[in-house]
Amino acid sequence: MKWLAWGALALLVAVFPLFGGDFYVNLASQIFIAALFAASLNLLVGYGGLVSLGHAAWIGLAAYTSAWLYLRLGLPHLANAPIALILTTLVAALFGWIALHASGLGFLMITLALAQVLWGTAYRWASVTNGDNGLSGLTRPAPFGMSLDKPAAFYYFTLAIAIVALWLMARFVASPFGAALRGTRDEPRRMAALGHNVWLVRWITFVYSGFWGAVAGLLYVYYHKYVHPTTLSLQSSAEALLGVIAGGAGTLAGPVVGAAIVLILKNYVSAYFERWNMLLGLVFVLIVIFMPDGVVPGLRRAWVRLRAK
Amino acid sequence: MQFWIIQTLNSLSLGGLLFLLAAGFSLIFGLMRIANLTHGSLFMIGAYVGVTILRLVPNLWLAALLGGLAVAIFGGLLERLLLRPLAGNALGQVLVTLGISFIVADFCLIVWGGDPIPLSAPSYLQKPLLVGGVAFPAYRLVVLAIAIVTAIGLHALMEWTRIGAMIRAGVDDMPMARAVGIPVSRLFTFVFCLGAALAGAGGVIAGPIMSAYPGLDADMLPLALIVVILGGVGSLLGAFVGSFIIAVIYTFGSVLLPDLAYVILFLPMIAVIAYRPRGLFGRQPS
Repeated sequence: MKWLAWGALALLVAVFPLFGGDFYVNLASQIFIAALFAASLNLLVGYGGLVSLGHAAWIGLAAYTSAWLYLRLGLPHLANAPIALILTTLVAALFGWIALHASGLGFLMITLALAQVLWGTAYRWASVTNGDNGLSGLTRPAPFGMSLDKPAAFYYFTLAIAIVALWLMARFVASPFGAALRGTRDEPRRMAALGHNVWLVRWITFVYSGFWGAVAGLLYVYYHKYVHPTTLSLQSSAEALLGVIAGGAGTLAGPVVGAAIVLILKNYVSAYFERWNMLLGLVFVLIVIFMPDGVVPGLRRAWVRLRAK
Repeated sequence: MQFWIIQTLNSLSLGGLLFLLAAGFSLIFGLMRIANLTHGSLFMIGAYVGVTILRLVPNLWLAALLGGLAVAIFGGLLERLLLRPLAGNALGQVLVTLGISFIVADFCLIVWGGDPIPLSAPSYLQKPLLVGGVAFPAYRLVVLAIAIVTAIGLHALMEWTRIGAMIRAGVDDMPMARAVGIPVSRLFTFVFCLGAALAGAGGVIAGPIMSAYPGLDADMLPLALIVVILGGVGSLLGAFVGSFIIAVIYTFGSVLLPDLAYVILFLPMIAVIAYRPRGLFGRQPS
């Protein structure tokens, strides 16, 4: 029964571009990107117990680096993508070193401040980032000569990368290292007493999470062919965090579901109602008060209760 | 010479404004363990309320008082109605304040529009003060004076009054403070209102220098966070010293390296975290 449902879902995802129409296929591609991004944040929030409000740094930094290298140095995608990933991961290593001197609320405040510094810089450093106008005139890569300009082609490209990324993140969480990570979340002092280097476990997770955030950033800039400072804004970090928490932090499916909900909400609402920020704020407050552990754990509980009857 | 004097004065007045913002954030965090992400929004609401009051009564000091009062009431409601039910859930509280900050930002955009609105300084402070052939912008000197007087007032409140002693007891050891019968619940609301009032009045006073504009909240919040990280949470002295350090770095950074003013803000953070992770005046956690 369960496998049948999963099989049907997989089939639906696989054939969706054949009948979905361009608008929905594009929306689905964006959902894959948001889901990958939220899943990378979930490594910290859900499995590490480290709530970051600066995750937008990775999507923005990778997007800006790739865009800048392409526009100013004329580097092809094949060359600039690895540079963007490496640079972003190095900055994640530095930010992680700074932010992980604290945990809990201190960590949250430091990650927020660090990402806001990047955001402010993206606005101010106009000679590099083109300020408020953003960087435009970008193209999508063409892996093995296949153009990704059609919505369906980009859909499969994003889907493939998202699946690989989610699989690798799931492996990471299921590995002994992942067990140690959850240990540092629940019992940091006992883990330290057992001889684990709590700081190092967290730092490695931070860097790994930043790397996947950077991958999401590349997909983001390929999709939009444009990058603006709002990519780095607190709102961008908050949307990802809302996705993680709304879906269910510390579950594999949670952030995927949550990110999809946030993105669909955003797309539909901005079509009818200008006040996305206000709605985002309201949803935040309501989720925290009424559904603090998210949709996926909530549904799972309901399912267990239903079967018990 | 004039350049250095003016920029020093600019950084001192910015430091004063940052102190009004960061002192409240630091007190709230120190006592209640709430990272109040609406703090930038409180500053912005203050500025906008100031705009409206100034349209009715052209007196900036009255506007600052009323703006502070209005924001204090808003802060008190926020604390009582939304944060109190989430007591003990630090993450839930910080997310609620984040959500409220988005709502406030949009609300201000609806009510006051998207263009920056300058607040005018009192007319007798608009002329520069000439001392020995050097012109000082008088209003900025007054802002600095207000911040210093506020700092002294807060220090006196914390060190010499009964309520200050109770706050310090709460910061140091909350369960013990409760056990000896300190009304911690009322104290929380008092401190939250006080912090909100400082931020709101600070927003009005900042008006003639910064104007009220959408995004003022997002500009100020990170500066306040960096001040508190640098100075140490819960420490008034830390907020004071941190405010002026950050203001000097930010002001001179903006003038000398306009592109990279924000990047320079990394330096004090990296330095303090490398050499003194709990901040300059933060106490060792017990």
